[in-house]
Amino acid sequence: MSVTIDNVKKIAKLSKISLSDDEVKSFLTDLNKIIDWVDQLTDVDTDKVSPTFSSFGLEEDTNQRNDVIKDGGCRDAIISNAPNSEDGFFLVPKVID
Amino acid sequence: MSNLLKGKTGDWEIVIGIEIHAQIISQSKLFSGSSTLFGSEHNTQVSFVDAGMPGMLPVINSVCIEQAVKTGLGLNAKINNFSIFDRKNYFYPDLPQGYQISQFEQPIVGNGEIMIDLDGNTIKKVRIERLHLEQDAGKSLHDQHPSYSYVDLNRSGIALMEIVSMPDMSSAEEAQAYIKKVRNIMKYLQTCDGNMDEGSLRADINVSVRKPGNELGIRCEIKNVNSIKFIGQAIEYEAKRQIDIIEDGKVIKQQTRLFDPKKGQTRAMRSKEEAHDYRYFPDPDLLPLVFTDEFVESIRKTLPELPDLKKQRFVDEYGLSPYDAGLLVSEKDTADYFEIAATGSNSKLVCNWIAGELFSFLNKENKRIDESPVTPVNLGKLINLIDNGTITGRIAKDIFEMMFKSGDDPMTIVDSNNMRQVSDEGEIEKIVDLIITSNPDQVKALEIKPNLMGWFVGQVMKETQGKANPKAVNEILIKKLIIKD
Amino acid sequence: MAKLNELCLHEARDGLKNKSFSSRELITDHIDMMESSRSLNAFITETPEIALKSADSSDEKISKNTNGPLEGLPIGVKDMFCTKGVLTTASSKMLSNFIPPYESTVTNNLWDNGAILLGKLNNDEFAMGSSNETSFYGPVINPWIKNNDKSPLVPGGSSGGSAASVAAHIGVGSLGTDTGGSIRQPAAFTGSVGLKPTYGRCSRWGIIAFASSLDQAGPITRNVKDNSILLESMCSHDLKDTTSSSKEIPNFEKAVGKSIKGLKVGIPLEFIQDGMSDEILKMWENGKEWLKKSGAEIVDVSLPHTKYALPCYYIIAPAEASSNLARYDGVRFGHSVSSDDINNMYELTRSDGFGEEVKRRIMMGTYVLSSGYYDAYYLKAQKVRSLISNDYNEVFNKVDVLLTPSTPNSAFAINEKYDDPLSMYLNDVFTVPANLAGLPAISVPSSKDKNGLPLGLQLIGKPFDEETLYSFANIIEESSSFESIDNKWWLQK
Repeated sequence: MSVTIDNVKKIAKLSKISLSDDEVKSFLTDLNKIIDWVDQLTDVDTDKVSPTFSSFGLEEDTNQRNDVIKDGGCRDAIISNAPNSEDGFFLVPKVID
Repeated sequence: MSNLLKGKTGDWEIVIGIEIHAQIISQSKLFSGSSTLFGSEHNTQVSFVDAGMPGMLPVINSVCIEQAVKTGLGLNAKINNFSIFDRKNYFYPDLPQGYQISQFEQPIVGNGEIMIDLDGNTIKKVRIERLHLEQDAGKSLHDQHPSYSYVDLNRSGIALMEIVSMPDMSSAEEAQAYIKKVRNIMKYLQTCDGNMDEGSLRADINVSVRKPGNELGIRCEIKNVNSIKFIGQAIEYEAKRQIDIIEDGKVIKQQTRLFDPKKGQTRAMRSKEEAHDYRYFPDPDLLPLVFTDEFVESIRKTLPELPDLKKQRFVDEYGLSPYDAGLLVSEKDTADYFEIAATGSNSKLVCNWIAGELFSFLNKENKRIDESPVTPVNLGKLINLIDNGTITGRIAKDIFEMMFKSGDDPMTIVDSNNMRQVSDEGEIEKIVDLIITSNPDQVKALEIKPNLMGWFVGQVMKETQGKANPKAVNEILIKKLIIKD
Repeated sequence: MAKLNELCLHEARDGLKNKSFSSRELITDHIDMMESSRSLNAFITETPEIALKSADSSDEKISKNTNGPLEGLPIGVKDMFCTKGVLTTASSKMLSNFIPPYESTVTNNLWDNGAILLGKLNNDEFAMGSSNETSFYGPVINPWIKNNDKSPLVPGGSSGGSAASVAAHIGVGSLGTDTGGSIRQPAAFTGSVGLKPTYGRCSRWGIIAFASSLDQAGPITRNVKDNSILLESMCSHDLKDTTSSSKEIPNFEKAVGKSIKGLKVGIPLEFIQDGMSDEILKMWENGKEWLKKSGAEIVDVSLPHTKYALPCYYIIAPAEASSNLARYDGVRFGHSVSSDDINNMYELTRSDGFGEEVKRRIMMGTYVLSSGYYDAYYLKAQKVRSLISNDYNEVFNKVDVLLTPSTPNSAFAINEKYDDPLSMYLNDVFTVPANLAGLPAISVPSSKDKNGLPLGLQLIGKPFDEETLYSFANIIEESSSFESIDNKWWLQK
């Protein structure tokens, strides 16, 4: 499969990355090279293979939390890095539904 | 079918599927230890995980898993012992991670079904496609500032169950009955409080229309309609809108719409107009959710009696009509109230009093049944007083009103207000004699108009302030005025 | 008197314990070295004040005999670990102003054990790179240079600062993260010992995520024993990380020096590559010989899906990264470019805040997850990953460890591969499989190439069997008598 200009523009949009025309071209070249190379995976027969979900052993007991409140109440810390905030709210350009 | 809508070109059928987003009852969030309490000050129930800070990781709340399984069992659904958490990727200011953790291809609960009650007697089956766990998003406030939205993440990460129905409903009433039933089941299970005002239960309604027998039409999704009443309005508006469009020769655009309760209309959502590609993939921070059959069975053992079974039991055990039983079980609190009140009392009378006086007083005062000043024990006592002749039915209504005001025991009210029924025939006879002698004209008129008898009964009751045993009054009046012995 | 920063971790530890010198003295020498080595660009943030203050408190603990296992020892930390109150950038413009209000579990474990933060180390932006050239803060310079050509070399990546600082004797050890070789490759390029533990051995909580199913923290040190000591303090069963193991944490130091007699070493034939240099082949041969001499048995084994590991990795890692990096949207933290439109703000912020390689991987990851391509790429890769893991499971029924080269070549020059992403990716060819299968793996210096640059051997072990890796690595270390840098050409007067 090869990547098209439209693919690049669409994935840039989905990724929320704006690209100049030159960047679109250079990403197109890069992605095509990479995609060509990873296409060798099609040589592998995976018909009866299930995908890996994690390299963490599923036989291990996974961590779960008890239903207790032991976090939150740290608004100042939560807000401390915010580029734009007021009265303990994060501010963003107006969003209209 | 009775649910068809008339259009210019003939009859139309509405097809409705519903996605319910039900907030799980839990102390803490689905993947973090912050509180789920409603109404706290903004951004105070937010952990670093909920704010999507760099390096933060989700760890699942075990109670939320149990709640989802319990709800699945309550919806008679298949529980999947292996399920996957996926990331649904999209950008939105109230979605801190840039993705919502949800379940896509392998949800925790699969196919199920419930029965919905329609107009008292008809029952219809609605199939459930699935139930999955997911995180709630935060909230953007748009009216604080002319050019900014304010983001509050208190809701971010709260556990939701998304319950997806099959498109089995064909009218606003059915949709409403479905939501009420699911809500009721969850309230019985105590897995969701069902409070639509606080947003702990929200519904997205998928509506399409078709000519009967045709293939499914193009659907529109109406988002977050936050009351049962609005759900009805939204469906009716939307169905009509779609029929008008098709009948005008145009095509329905599949879209997400919002219901505007002020106008009673739906409109397309701007933020959803962009084409989406959510790029679901298994969340590598979480592992597949795996549990044993024994775990499911241990939860099944904790299930309470659910509405359908309770209704049948009320019919069998208390001799109620299916209609009355259905009415009582439609809210768990009502059913519980009934069972306490009916212990040792006439269950039919108890039912009538709950459906009549109690509901009308609660409505007037805008109270829930669990807030009723008349306790179920006291209502039971009141009914026993009627049943054993201590008071008359008429006076009982006055007593009930006093009980509702004061919360007092009915016997206390009866005693302190001298409201016992007068059954002493001598006493009643004296009053009857007095009325006969002081109303000779009416006695005469009775000979031509036999229905004047009611007037005499009324006079006696008036004289006794409603305390006279109505049966005794009747017998004595007949004896004195008709048989004239 | 020799400067105290010449001491390795366990020497410094023992010296402090014997009160041969104080932690303040040790830290002061390391701070001096850090400051006079700024030309290497290994540190993004130096924290001398914190270090000196901690040193005094360590000295007090040592005097009261309440010292922890790493008491008073200076450690550099890769800038992927969130450190409370200390700038944490992931070497990205995107986080160039981010001060975490929390401490990562791994660093927290170290401070609990008495270790001291020396500073935050440069790395490839968001750990995406194999040369440390993608950092917003500029490339790190390898303290090693060729015998006859003084042009600056890369230290490898992404933990370039971690490896370079340890090789340059700044800090007794450092923390790195390894997603596809980011600890082992720079360790090999700088003549250091770098271990990627089993997935789940170290908590990921508080480490800025690149690819969640592959990321693991690990130690970089100047010798094997030091490595084992540092690892033990890093590990814990962390309930804040779903994938943190509850397995018991062994005394790793005890494994160093243990006999390997009778144990089996697998040589995976598929790792022999076309065009592999004689030097690499010879180094590998030497490794076999040393292990054989120590009583291990050498067995040829096959890992048939080896050649698919790299393409598989370059689908899975970008896919996870594209989602992990969605949180950098300019709303809650980090770099933000303002606009009156939300989508515009996102796009401007992310275009300006991310460097080219990060954007390339986000784009690649978005592509392989997008509708119509998911099955062909992402799902396919996760299936191939299962086959790769199976290869290893089967091989480990027969052998105790695998021996391979760490990298196909020694350190290359700055800018040499920067413009060709694919040739850069090929650097990870030997290291990636251990990440895909979640296995522990270590790189140990074994020899120098004809230009005098270090080369490393890699040992891959069974899940949660870091101990065996340390036993074997120790044999290689002893047999190779690899000597660390003596020409400190970069020092500023």
